Amino acid sequence: MRKLTIKAVSVWRPGKTKAFLLRLLPLILLLLVWQVGSRVSSTGTLPSPLAVLSVITTEAWSGALFLNLAVTLARVAVAFALAMALGTVLGVAMGRNKTIDRLCDPLLIVLLNLPALVVIVLAYIWVGLNEAAAIGAVVLNKLPNTAVTVREGTRALDKNLDEMARVFDLTFGKKLRHVVLPQLVPYLAAAMRSGLSLVWKIVLIVELLGRSNGVGFEIGIAFQLFDVTRLLAYALPFVGLMLAIETFILQPFERHISRWRPPHGA
Amino acid sequence: MELDVSIARKALRTASGQTRSILHDVDFSLRQGEVCALLGPSGCGKTTLLRIVSGLDADFEGRLVLPREHKIGMVFQEPRLLPWRSVAQNLRLVGASSDNDLAEIVVALRLSRHLDHFPGELSLGLARRVAIARAFAVKPDLLLLDEPFVSLDAALAARLREELLALVLKRKATTLIVTHDVEEAIAIADRILVLSAAPGRLIADRTIEAPRGALTEAQASKIKDDILAFIEKAAHC
Repeated sequence: MRKLTIKAVSVWRPGKTKAFLLRLLPLILLLLVWQVGSRVSSTGTLPSPLAVLSVITTEAWSGALFLNLAVTLARVAVAFALAMALGTVLGVAMGRNKTIDRLCDPLLIVLLNLPALVVIVLAYIWVGLNEAAAIGAVVLNKLPNTAVTVREGTRALDKNLDEMARVFDLTFGKKLRHVVLPQLVPYLAAAMRSGLSLVWKIVLIVELLGRSNGVGFEIGIAFQLFDVTRLLAYALPFVGLMLAIETFILQPFERHISRWRPPHGA
Repeated sequence: MELDVSIARKALRTASGQTRSILHDVDFSLRQGEVCALLGPSGCGKTTLLRIVSGLDADFEGRLVLPREHKIGMVFQEPRLLPWRSVAQNLRLVGASSDNDLAEIVVALRLSRHLDHFPGELSLGLARRVAIARAFAVKPDLLLLDEPFVSLDAALAARLREELLALVLKRKATTLIVTHDVEEAIAIADRILVLSAAPGRLIADRTIEAPRGALTEAQASKIKDDILAFIEKAAHC
C-alpha cells in the first residue's frame, strides 16, 4: 500500500548551466557598457569599474566599509523584524475581527499613501535625531504593507481546520503554531520578500537625512563631494549583501517551511 | 458520558433572507457508552445535528446538556488533517493519550507504516483512518462521526467499520455516528435514530436488543425492513 514518493533531486544538467549563463549575460553586458561609458564620458562623473573596485578595497582595508555595512545592516534587521512582527499581529487581528478592521483600515490607507520621506522628516522633528526615530520611521513605512498582506492571508484561513481546532479544543498556542501560522506562510513570505528590499531602501534615506554613520550617510557625503566613485563603492557592496541575504537566507528559509507541499502543487 | 439533546427548531437564513427549517423537535438522550447511529435521507439535517452536539453550532432553539468536563473526538466528512504536519504529528497534536495508547490506536487502524507521511501523500481511505485515529487520540468521552465510510469501496468500508467498532467497544466512548446506509447502521450501532426528510424530525428510535454480533440474519433483515418502512412512510407524508 505504501506509495512511492519521488523526491526532486538537484542535478546539474546542461540546461542549468545555460540558464545560469543567460542570467549572467545582462550583468556582463552592463559592466561592458559601464566600462565603455567611463572611457567616453569626459565629465569625470562615471568612474571605471576598476576605479570603483580600488576604492572598495581601500575602504575595506581601513575597516570603514565593514563598519558602515554592519551599522546599516543592524538597522535593517531591527526595523525589518519589528515591522514584520507588529504588521503580522495587526494583520491577523484585522483579518479576524471586523471592528478592528474598520478602525484600523483608514489609518492603514493613510500610512500606505504617505510618502516615506514625510514620515522620516516628521519622525526626526518630533522624536529627535536619534536611533529610535530612525528605526520607528522605517517600521511605520513597512508595517502597513505587512499588515495588508497578512490580513489577506488571515481572511483566506481554512474554516474547516478552524472548526477542527475548536472541536478538539486545541490551546491557543498550539492552534497558532500548527493551524494558523502554516497557512499564513505564503503571505508572510511575500511580505518578507517585498519587505526586505523596501526596508533597506528606506534605511538608506533615513541614514542620509539624520544619522552620522551607515551606508546612507556615506552616500550623502559622496553626494556633497560629487564623488561618484565613492558613492558606487558603498552602494554596490550593500546591494550585493542584500542580494546574498535574499538568495542564501530568505529563499532557503521559504523552501524549508513549504517543504510539505508536493513538488509541483497538488 | 451522558448526553441530552432537545432541539425545538434549527433554522438557516437563506441568501434571499428567508429562514428555512433544518431540524424540528429533535429530542433524545444517549446513555454512557451507547453507540447510536443517526440515519436519514441526504439533506435532512444529520450533519447539522452533529455540529450542534459538537458545540460548533450554537445557533438553535432548544438546549443541549453535556457534562461540564468532556472531551470530544470528531471525524468530519472530509479528513480535515493538517497538510503541513506528518501523520504522527497530526495525531500527537490533539493527543491526550500516552505514547502507549497512541501506539495501540495506530496499530488497530494499521497506520504504523504511514506515520512519517504527509496527508497529501495518502489515499482517501488512509486519510480517513488517520482522522479516526485522531478522534480516538483525544481519549474521547463523546465520539462524533460524520459518514466515516462514505465514498470508500465496500470491502474497505467493511474492514474499517470492524476496526472502528473494535476501538469504540474497547474505549467505551458514547458514540453518535451519522450514516445514510441502513445496513451499516445495524452492523455498528446498538440504537438507531431515524430523521425524516427536511426539516428533519425524529421519526424512529429503535434499540437493537440482541447483543452485538449475536444478531441472526433474519433478525437483521427484520430490523432493516422496519427502518426502511419508517423512512418510506416519512417520505410520503
